[in-house]
Amino acid sequence: MTASDRPKLAVWKFASCDGCQLTLLDCEDELLGIAERIEISHFLEASSATDPGPFDLSLVEGSVTTPQDAERIQHVRAVSKRLVTIGACATAGGVQALRNYADVAEFQAVVYARPDYIDTLATSTPISAHVAVDFELRGCPIDRGQLVEVITAYLAGRRPDVPAHSVCFECKQRGTTCVTVAHGTPCLGPVTHAGCGALCPAYGRGCYGCFGPSDSTNFPSFIPLLRRDGMDTLDIVRVLRTFNTAAPEFDDASRKELDQ
Amino acid sequence: MTHRGSRVLHVGSLARVEGESALHLLVDGGEVTEARLAIYEPPRFFEAFLRGRSYTEPPDITSRICGICPVAYQLSACRALEDACGVTVDGQLAALRRLLYCGEWIESQTLHVHLLHAPDFLGCAGAVELARTRRADVERGLRLKQAGNAIVELLGGRAIHPVNVRLGGFHRIPSVAELRPLAEKLRRARDDAQETVRWVAGFEFPDAGCDHDLLALAEPGTYAIESGTPAVMPAPTTAGLPAGSDRALPIRTFELHTFGGHVVERQVPHSTALHSRLDGRRHLTGTLARYAISGRWLSPIALQAAQDAGLGDPRQGTVCRNPFRSIVVRAVEVLHALDEAVRIIDAYEPAPRPYVDVPARAGTGHGATEAPRGLLYHRYTLDEDGTVTDAVLVPPTAQNQGAIEEDLRRIVRDRLRAGDPGDAELTALCERAIRNHDPCISCSAHFLDLTVERGESGS
Repeated sequence: MTASDRPKLAVWKFASCDGCQLTLLDCEDELLGIAERIEISHFLEASSATDPGPFDLSLVEGSVTTPQDAERIQHVRAVSKRLVTIGACATAGGVQALRNYADVAEFQAVVYARPDYIDTLATSTPISAHVAVDFELRGCPIDRGQLVEVITAYLAGRRPDVPAHSVCFECKQRGTTCVTVAHGTPCLGPVTHAGCGALCPAYGRGCYGCFGPSDSTNFPSFIPLLRRDGMDTLDIVRVLRTFNTAAPEFDDASRKELDQ
Repeated sequence: MTHRGSRVLHVGSLARVEGESALHLLVDGGEVTEARLAIYEPPRFFEAFLRGRSYTEPPDITSRICGICPVAYQLSACRALEDACGVTVDGQLAALRRLLYCGEWIESQTLHVHLLHAPDFLGCAGAVELARTRRADVERGLRLKQAGNAIVELLGGRAIHPVNVRLGGFHRIPSVAELRPLAEKLRRARDDAQETVRWVAGFEFPDAGCDHDLLALAEPGTYAIESGTPAVMPAPTTAGLPAGSDRALPIRTFELHTFGGHVVERQVPHSTALHSRLDGRRHLTGTLARYAISGRWLSPIALQAAQDAGLGDPRQGTVCRNPFRSIVVRAVEVLHALDEAVRIIDAYEPAPRPYVDVPARAGTGHGATEAPRGLLYHRYTLDEDGTVTDAVLVPPTAQNQGAIEEDLRRIVRDRLRAGDPGDAELTALCERAIRNHDPCISCSAHFLDLTVERGESGS
């Protein structure tokens, strides 16, 4: 295919660690093959060639934390036929959404001697709070296999096959013994979105929820299990308030826990 | 048309760096009067929201500062927190941490060498374009990167934000049988790494020097990665040598717990990253500094590859101060890291437990490791139940900003003296001067807009 026949891909960055877009470069076996089927038209981390668009598929990493970025995402949407968010920052606001619980002026004063030089918003918000999003890929970071699936699905004009059930299913598929049942280790697996392949339990630790809430959370039943396994209110609030702290299900559960 | 008059150049975002930054240059009559690297990466306030967290959390939380060097954050955090709690992790657990870190070095340095930096020397926009003409070189880079990722994936669970690091060691440690096939893969990757050193050594390098104090960890007997004492080699002009001199100078060291008294951060209006100075002077951390401080401890095949690549023999007091040649030193570091990883696996015996206990206590702890881009320092203060009451993180790129700005000033000045470059050429040169140091701007607090203002006096 010539360059002009191939669909155009753009990769955009907002407030983030770059890890999710790096996942594209980590597709060592697929990268050159993908580049033959798609024209990677805008990907600043990997290429200085830029293209004003429009783009067939935009992958958006990062959350909106500045007034300039709130405007920039409108532009990204306007030049993108399909817009897919990649990762916990773009999908739920990221770990930087911890500012949503605090006084940002105070936060600035901790890090910067002259906070007035810094132009930032009081909240970190997901992309979907600003523009329509066609698909949200979860994870902190996203899973390489799921990213390839999303790109392949859009090339084929179908919806990505990305299950929204909990990590527990993946533990069963992997044949990992349940760390909670066997060892009493607190684990967010029952309320966390699948996608990582149930990594943490395979390494002997409880899931810490980096893919955000699954499609069927039941916190009123789940929180007592955490408590049974030794967590107190502070522990529970801390574990819910990390990389997907602003995901509505995790946010509600942590607020309810504090209100008790 | 002459370019010596007043003009303003704008470059969009700087590509092939990790993050968003802008460049502002003031050029007046052939002289650079001001060079500013402005970082627009939106602030994320890690140091603020770490307050009130449990002392067990910073390794996972701070890894999210950077998707390219998460292991560096995890292990600097562990060292600082273990220091606060009076615990030392040694033996096979320390060796496994070094192995994990070697994996990150291999993947991150290879990413920079093959995908981000090499296109500058070969006149391409990026690796995908490069792959059209030099597919074998790009594929070799991808294989090498995969070898690094394989280490991090086996020990850490995944290449980005690995899940297996904890205070005191690991959640789970591998068996000898799990590591053995990895060693085979790494032995093959070593041949690729040697070929990459030869490949990059053949690039054309502009003459350049760097007149900065060099700061890296030192641990005599080993090429310091995951531990060591801060060591400083003064800038060449302090000894009457030219900026491009390849001669080593005597090194001084200071205790890590005095780091905050030596490396002082200050805020500048044009940046969301904090700038820092070392004992009041401009300094550089990273590949060139490590090679100057620890070069003599490279493995024999890495030392040989460095000499064959024209870097001289660090055991004879040779250093590299040409920032354009940093790509060669990075390639040598990849080779060393592979060799070191194989050595660790060959000597591996599983520790009796995957971690040592780290009971909380009140106190302040310091930790520093060599992230691929340079020295990364963490300091935490804990109360008696292990709650973090204060956190300070000093990433390498924030430290390097002053040195990068000085390189820009020097490189643009030299180019202006040699003739009258057009805007496009000057812009490309500036971008290269920045990429030489592989800045990681997400770490520093992201965007390169180049503005060159040229004064009237030369027209």
